Amino acid sequence: MTITVAGVKKEVKDDLTVAQLIIDENVETPMYVTVSINDEFIASGTFETTVLKDGDNVEFLYFMGGGC
Amino acid sequence: MAFSNEQLERYSRHIILKEIGAKGQKKLLNAKVLIIGAGGLGAPVAMYLAAAGVGTIGIADADEVDLSNLQRQIIHATKDVGKPKVLSAKETMNEMNPDVTVNTYHTFVTSENIRKLIRDYDFIIDGTDNFPAKFLINDACVMEKKPFSHAGIIRFKGQLMTYVPGQGPCYRCVFKNPPPKDAVPTCKQAGVVGAMGGVIGSLQAMEAIKFIVGQGELLTGNLLTYDALKMDFRKIKLPHNTDNCPVCGKNPTITELIDYEQAECDGAL
Ligand SMILES: [Zn+2]
Repeated sequence: MTITVAGVKKEVKDDLTVAQLIIDENVETPMYVTVSINDEFIASGTFETTVLKDGDNVEFLYFMGGGC
Repeated sequence: MAFSNEQLERYSRHIILKEIGAKGQKKLLNAKVLIIGAGGLGAPVAMYLAAAGVGTIGIADADEVDLSNLQRQIIHATKDVGKPKVLSAKETMNEMNPDVTVNTYHTFVTSENIRKLIRDYDFIIDGTDNFPAKFLINDACVMEKKPFSHAGIIRFKGQLMTYVPGQGPCYRCVFKNPPPKDAVPTCKQAGVVGAMGGVIGSLQAMEAIKFIVGQGELLTGNLLTYDALKMDFRKIKLPHNTDNCPVCGKNPTITELIDYEQAECDGAL
C-alpha cells in the first residue's frame, strides 16, 4: 500500500503499525514525537495498536526547545 | 497623530505597500509586542520590530550577555558581555529607532508574574529556550486570550506556529506536556547555527507585523518546519479539533499555571 510520510509518498507493507513506522523512519526521540494521521492526532499510548491504511497521510511533529 | 517628515522618510518602504500604508504604519506605532527571551530568536525579532516602528516593545530575560551568545544573538555586541541582556537589547533598539519605547523585564517568567506581564501587550513572542517556559507562555496566552508566536530552533532545524484565540490549536494541543529534563536535546548540548535564529526569528517578526496590520494569513492551524541542510520548508496542517485540549479545549483541566522543572539550555532564556 502507499502512504505519505512527512510529505513523501512511500510504498509500505500492509498492516504497518505507527510504532513500526516510527522505527522504520528512524524517528529521533520516538518517546516524545507527536503523530497525526489524516489531520488527526494519535494518542501516544496507541502507536502499537494503530494500523495504517492505504492512502494515509502521516506527519511527525517534534519538540524543538531551542531559542537561545 | 500625524507623521513627522522624518517618520515619513523612515517608514517610506512600509507606507508605499498597499497592505501597510500610512494606516498600517500607525497601527504599528500604536502596537505593543512583548518578546520573552532576548536570545537567538528574540534578538532578530526585537531588531526587526524596532526597525519597523512597533511603538512599544517589551523584552523579558533574566540573563546577562555571555561571549558564547554572540555567535547568534546579534542584538548584543562584544562590549555588552556581562550586561543584562534586556539592557543591551534596549540600547540597540533605541539606537536603531528613537520612535520605540522599550520596556525591560530583567526576570524569568513564572506562574506568578506572566499573566500580569502579558496583559499589557497585543502580541507575544516566545523566544525562550526551554519547555517549561514554552508551556507557561502557551497556557498564560490561552488564559489571557493573547495571540502569540511559538518557535524553536536546534542544529540546522527550526519550527514555528502562531496561536490566535479561537482560530486553531494551541501549543499544548500539539505537544501535550513538556518532555522530561534532558529527554530532548537543547542547543547547548546539540548546537545551533546562528543564522537559524535569523531565519525563524524573522518569520516570528513577520507574523507579529501581519497580525498588527491585519493583513494576510497567519500561521494558525499550521506548523512551519525548516530544515536548512535540505533547504526544505514545510507547512504542516495541524488537526483542527481543539475540544479535548486540557487548556484551550471545551472543558479545560488546566486552569492554573504550572511551573515545570527548569531544564534550560545554558541558563539563557
Ligand atoms: Zn490547546
